[in-house]
Amino acid sequence: MNKVVAGPSEAVRDIGDGATLLLGGFGLCGIPENCIASLVKMGVKNLTCVSNNAGVDDFGIGLLLQQKQVKKMISSYVGENAEFERQLLSGELQVELIPQGTLATRCLAAGYGMPAIFTPAGVGTEVAAGKEVRNFNGKDYLLEYAFDADFALVKAWKGDTMGNLIFHATARNFNPLMAMAGKITIAEVEELVPAGELDPDAIHTPGIYVQRIFQGTNYENRIEQRTVTRR
Amino acid sequence: MSLTKEQIAQRIARELRHGYYVNLGIGIPTLVANYIPAGMDVVLQSENGLLGMGPFPLEGEEDPDLINAGKQTITTVKGSVFFDSAVSFGMIRAGRVDLTVLGAMEVSDQGDIANWKIPGKMVKGMGGAMDLVASARNIIVAMMHTNPKGESKLLRACTLPLTGVRCVKKIVTDIAVLEVTPTGFLLVERAPGVSVEEIQSKTEGRLTIQGGVPEIVF
Repeated sequence: MNKVVAGPSEAVRDIGDGATLLLGGFGLCGIPENCIASLVKMGVKNLTCVSNNAGVDDFGIGLLLQQKQVKKMISSYVGENAEFERQLLSGELQVELIPQGTLATRCLAAGYGMPAIFTPAGVGTEVAAGKEVRNFNGKDYLLEYAFDADFALVKAWKGDTMGNLIFHATARNFNPLMAMAGKITIAEVEELVPAGELDPDAIHTPGIYVQRIFQGTNYENRIEQRTVTRR
Repeated sequence: MSLTKEQIAQRIARELRHGYYVNLGIGIPTLVANYIPAGMDVVLQSENGLLGMGPFPLEGEEDPDLINAGKQTITTVKGSVFFDSAVSFGMIRAGRVDLTVLGAMEVSDQGDIANWKIPGKMVKGMGGAMDLVASARNIIVAMMHTNPKGESKLLRACTLPLTGVRCVKKIVTDIAVLEVTPTGFLLVERAPGVSVEEIQSKTEGRLTIQGGVPEIVF
């Protein structure tokens, strides 16, 4: 079984206007840089993007926002992007802010074949508006639905030709969850190896969840907040 | 004398106990890591997927794949472990994190907290704060007692959109340490040289004062 495609433009070729995308990453850490660049080049429009953050003005999902390719963002924190804030306040962009754990677990539910979850996050806040509340053992929980997304775009450290993935450090974040949740999951990897070369005990995402994989190139791996201890 | 941000963090560090798993929010809470008593085993959780967060890296040793929830480059300590965001919020939701310290724009005397949105002005989002406050067993808020306009941030009821309801246990501000009780805020300690009257005048919510309130000693 070989899931390798030539590169990002082939991998995202059938993402059409109005598609719903799950995009891995936390801040600019572990984001699918190559796929985002191809989507910008394709000029696909009216996207619904589910991603913890919305990038910064000139990188990550910020590049899609600049070209006005995004109709709706579903995120937990969007504080680092001035263009995002401008489009939001002017009404050009729809935004649904949801708790970070809810975002993660709605991906997990989709990947686990479960339609919904109950979580206490957001009970008693405006996040709870219109949602079913259920009490278990004296505590209230909100009903939240699994994501139903056309594509997931994820970035891994290593992957093999069968789509098995390994992530590095905190670049793992939402990537394995979104990989499990997409109807079609596209993985870009820093190092693509033949099947059999990855230690089966070390694989984070089983290849059954991945439909397309390619060797990424020219990773910028940009740092958002460079903080250091003086020598 | 009101406390500096460093002193607020120093005072909060006294709430740490041996063996605690702790989540520190962005801002003053992050500084608490600098005051973990020597020899005390405390493991820092970063909700983007790390247990065992260490200090900032030495210049030139930054790893773009190794950041904290504030997107800052960090290091790991011995025994650290990485995991995905579902596991991260799983351990939070399951109550395995012993203490959460976070900032706030407003806290009510019922323990409600608002820290994610100012309608029409600021739309940054809640990040992991709603999950943390909904599940953590012990939540301490680190913040200034008043906002830049001089208005109290300790209120009878929050005016901003809530992050969580009846969840805050303790608040450490630049002038006081307060606990949330069924009858409102209880003044526990005051900053050196700050009078009970000053704290009273800067606290809009119900405030209980029992006997002599000790000064915080550094």
